[in-house]
Amino acid sequence: MSIDQTTAARIAKLARIKVEEDALPELAEEFNAILGFIEQLNEVDVEGVEPMTSVTPQRLKQRADEVTDGNQQAAILANAPDAREGFFAVPKVME
Amino acid sequence: MLDLTYEAPKPKTIAGAKHDWELVIGLEVHAQISSKAKLFSGASTEFGAEPNSNVSFIDAAMPGMLPVINEYCVEQAVRTGLGLNAQINLWSAFDRKNYFYPDLPQGYQISQLYHPIVGEGEVLVDIAPGVARLVRIERIHIEQDAGKSIHDMDPNMSFVDLNRTGVALMEIVSRPDIRGPEEAAAFVTKLRQIMRYLGTCDGNMQSGSLRADVNLSICRPGAYEKYQETQDFSHLGTRCEIKNMNSMRFIQQAIEVEARRQIAIVEAGGEVEQETRLFDPDKGETRSMRSKEEAHDYRYFPDPDLLPLELEQAWVDEIKASLPELPDAKKARFMGDYGLTEYDASVLTADVESAAYFEAVAKGRDGKMAANWVINELFGRLRKESHPIAESPVSPAQLGGIIDLIQKGDISGKIAKDLFEIVYTDGGDPAQIVVDRGMKQVTDTGAIEAAVDKIIAENPAQVAKAKDNPRLAGWFVGQVMKATGGKANPKVVNQLVSQKLAE
Repeated sequence: MSIDQTTAARIAKLARIKVEEDALPELAEEFNAILGFIEQLNEVDVEGVEPMTSVTPQRLKQRADEVTDGNQQAAILANAPDAREGFFAVPKVME
Repeated sequence: MLDLTYEAPKPKTIAGAKHDWELVIGLEVHAQISSKAKLFSGASTEFGAEPNSNVSFIDAAMPGMLPVINEYCVEQAVRTGLGLNAQINLWSAFDRKNYFYPDLPQGYQISQLYHPIVGEGEVLVDIAPGVARLVRIERIHIEQDAGKSIHDMDPNMSFVDLNRTGVALMEIVSRPDIRGPEEAAAFVTKLRQIMRYLGTCDGNMQSGSLRADVNLSICRPGAYEKYQETQDFSHLGTRCEIKNMNSMRFIQQAIEVEARRQIAIVEAGGEVEQETRLFDPDKGETRSMRSKEEAHDYRYFPDPDLLPLELEQAWVDEIKASLPELPDAKKARFMGDYGLTEYDASVLTADVESAAYFEAVAKGRDGKMAANWVINELFGRLRKESHPIAESPVSPAQLGGIIDLIQKGDISGKIAKDLFEIVYTDGGDPAQIVVDRGMKQVTDTGAIEAAVDKIIAENPAQVAKAKDNPRLAGWFVGQVMKATGGKANPKVVNQLVSQKLAE
């Protein structure tokens, strides 16, 4: 699989990262280098080997169903460029 | 227990301009897990709070925050799976579904695409007595809800509230086994009923605890059967997905409208495009959400913040052992134990509270009579004032007391209705009310006989007519009932009147 400039532009758009037209060839090349590395990994036969999800033998931690957080409207909105009446205010998004 | 057999309902057919069409429908139901805290944070799930007050830094996706799963939510998903006779996957995992929207601060939703917690199951969807559709469940997975955007508070801005962000949802995905708008609504109703029995979701559609996406395609009669035989989707039409409906009525309307749209396209020689659509109830149409299409490249990948979710079989077995009696079993038992019709049993098992109320009344009494009183008198009266059964002013003991008085012959059915009204509005012990208000039925044959004799003596002309036409006896019964203020035992009156007229 190889990434061309159109695909690179699409990935950038999906990630909401602005990439200038002239930077696309280099970006596509970088993607291809990453994919090349993955392809190299794919050469290893892992048939019957369970995927390793953690480097230490631990299981998913769980917590009890208790309300321990929240009630911090001001803190939540502190970094918002615009907030009104307790809401984040953003440029109009409509379906 | 009664083993009920059902016939499958006929699929809905819509007549196009050229020929008939059938519908093929699959549903994705999003059910909010009834937990106190969110799926991955300790913020409250309470509905209707101040905007952005039930938000933790995890929900707001502040840098460096890590999700920790709520064990109660996991348990509720497993309970729901067991309630739908579904396979529980002891190993499941979380994936990121990536998209940008202002009410999703993480930029991705944590969901379970590749390894859901619950696998295949099935639901029997009751349509009418003796008629039900068996709908296969494909999977149930756990995921986060998004926040809420409000578009009508300002002409140029959208307002975002993250209170819902991160609330735990179960997405229940059906196979395309549903064949009409009524069946779709019945499917959602049945899921809601089962989840309410289980206590895993409150099923409140108005507050958004239960929403449905509809996948719909059309096909010519006969094509669906070919799909069923082969499970090959090429026999079916191209489907469209209608997003996020929060009422049974909208689900049905949207299906109807979207089916007609697809039929018109195909009959005009066009092709249905696979896409996501939105139902507009005001305009009565569905329209494309093209803006979302581009973003639909979700680039799922395993969430590196969360280890796989591993469950013990013993724990699952424990939950299974703690499941309550579910609607199908309860309905069959009511029919078997109390001799109820399927219709009455369905009405009484619609929710746990009604079923418990009925059983308290029926215990040690005539089941059919108890069912009649609960459904016709009590439910009818409660509905008039929009009271839920939990707020019934008449307790099961009081209603049972009224039925006992009828059974003993102390009051007639007619007086019992008056008595019910008194108990409903004023309360009190039915037996005592009957004594205090002199409502007791006269079964003293002597007293009734005197009344019958009096009526007969006063109406010689009617007596003569009644000798030729026995049906006129009813008139005498009516007169006697009137003369005794409705308190005479109608059975005794009937007997005496026909006996006396025959003399």
